Amino acid sequence: MRTGVTANLLATDPSSAAKTVAAPFGQALVAAAEREPRIVGLTADLGKYTDMHVFAQRFPQRFFQIGMAEQNLVGIAAGLARAGWIPFASTYCVFATRRAYDFIAIGCALGQANVKIIAGLPGLTTGYGGTHQGIEDLALMRSIPNLVVIDPCDATEIAQVIPMIAAYRGPVYMRLLRGQAPVTLDPASYRFELGKAKLLRDGADAAIISAGLMTGRALDTAQQLAEDGIHAAVLHVSTLKPFDREAVLALARRVKKIVTAENHVVTGGLAGAVADTVADAGISIRLKRVGIPDCFCESGSLPCLQQRYGLDTENIVLAAKRLVES
Amino acid sequence: MNGNNPDIACLKARAKNIRRHVLRMAERVGQGYVGQGLGIADLLAALYFHELRYDAKRLDWPERDRFVLSIGHYSIGLYAALAEAGVIPIEELDTYGADGSRLEMSGSEFTPGFEMTGGSLGHGLGQAVGMALGLRLDARDARVFCLLSDGELHEGATWEAAMAGAHYRLDHLFAFIDCNNQVADGPTAQVMNIEPLQLKWQAFGWDTQRINGNRIEDITDAIARAKTARNQPHAIILDTLMGKGVTMFENREKQHFIRVEAREWELARKQLEASL
Ligand SMILES: Cc1ncc(C[n+]2csc(CCOP(=O)(O)OP(=O)(O)O)c2C)c(N)n1
Repeated sequence: MRTGVTANLLATDPSSAAKTVAAPFGQALVAAAEREPRIVGLTADLGKYTDMHVFAQRFPQRFFQIGMAEQNLVGIAAGLARAGWIPFASTYCVFATRRAYDFIAIGCALGQANVKIIAGLPGLTTGYGGTHQGIEDLALMRSIPNLVVIDPCDATEIAQVIPMIAAYRGPVYMRLLRGQAPVTLDPASYRFELGKAKLLRDGADAAIISAGLMTGRALDTAQQLAEDGIHAAVLHVSTLKPFDREAVLALARRVKKIVTAENHVVTGGLAGAVADTVADAGISIRLKRVGIPDCFCESGSLPCLQQRYGLDTENIVLAAKRLVES
Repeated sequence: MNGNNPDIACLKARAKNIRRHVLRMAERVGQGYVGQGLGIADLLAALYFHELRYDAKRLDWPERDRFVLSIGHYSIGLYAALAEAGVIPIEELDTYGADGSRLEMSGSEFTPGFEMTGGSLGHGLGQAVGMALGLRLDARDARVFCLLSDGELHEGATWEAAMAGAHYRLDHLFAFIDCNNQVADGPTAQVMNIEPLQLKWQAFGWDTQRINGNRIEDITDAIARAKTARNQPHAIILDTLMGKGVTMFENREKQHFIRVEAREWELARKQLEASL
């Protein structure tokens, strides 16, 4: 087992050697706000830590520092939306979802207030243990009616999601990859569409359905499997809600072995959505769920934690091989 | 330990040792909440070596006073105090933040001496109220000492707990608020004004004092005075200096989380030794 120390990095995925882009959310929000004068930004004492500071510097008049008060953050954002503004409110996943849940459900989702919640440190992107690791936020958010839920995989996708959700009228929850964010997708060819999954690679032996940060590792997995003669498709589902059932069903009908990979507990998130979808359609498939097991994670260095809880590429490769060979 | 006149010279020596331990831990990881650990060392010395009734060999002693650390990231200071008090071995401090260590960067109840998991900020005072109610139901003499930060006064839950503490007249509950005038995004007053603090706590029904939190004699005096006020919980607002005891940290631009170059630690240690 690798060992290291817990670090407070303003980078999302220090384990990947790939190219990174700095603060893609902050940059994209500024670009969107240059065109749309009704965008406002808010944070709960985590501006520097959610890239909201980029917006605050460019548009100080349209920025509201709320202090560390997440319920108030979401409540004020809902009020701004009702006053006709387009608020982007940032904090960490855990504080947005656990502490402000009622404020999101009733203040934002019930009446479809036009609030965009931007939530940092999804899943295992911090070594700080149970208090900071947002391991069940997708399950919580996915179960709220009317709420759009997005788990982007990289800087390219974040840059495209932001203008899209700014233009969409209604409440959105987006997981944020902050600071130095990896570049997995080619900006020249990738096109994010709200509610649409994207087949990033095709293959007939197995399918890996992934969301968020795990898509980079799913692509690495498919590459490694190909070297062993196993051809795996990779379907990237960044919009968890509304869920692209057709894309999943199309894949499930022709590839009967599916691995889901998510930076989240294996209950109630992507694996849950995939299982619901195929079960509802009466399709029988073999499903292997890669994600955080039903436990709070410990503190530690990210490479160590990702290995321990099975989020590393090696584990996805192993899961896929076992499934194909079974 | 408690009740007698405090031996201030001895408490100052303890505070200095706590600061030494803080530097030792932070140097190992090269970063961290050094400013907080140094700033709160005087309170921890006054509590662990004068006021608190606890048994280092029997941490679950039901009659113990509860020290409730609401601010998980201040655990660097509590680890230092617990090591100084003989609760955890001093050598274990070298594992601070390392994979598999009990001494996590953001502390939790799985470490000996921690009554709860702080760090999701704003939980501490509510749990402290609950502990105080429970102790009173059991007719125990034990008291509850809760450490909060100025940033936690931004959280509504803190004020909900403050209201409950006064409503139930918990005069065995003591809240210390570390006003180091720093939160994550900058100086507290710029991020969200919390003043006038003393008036707020008084208005919430608390016996309230505001003192220099880096003077041990002021801390022990304030606690002694608080104990004479009946039927009210006690708020002791501590104005502290982040990085206290190491001039380079006292003077550098205040940061919630500081990075320190490898070559700077020796100077930091020297400055601590030279301090009073
Ligand atoms: C509920 C909650 N919201 C946000 C955070 C992230 N956070 C960690 S420390 C901090 C600043 C808090 O300031 P303070 O507690 O006064 O600490 P200091 O800067 O003095 O260390 C914030 C916002 C958190 N840990 N918990």
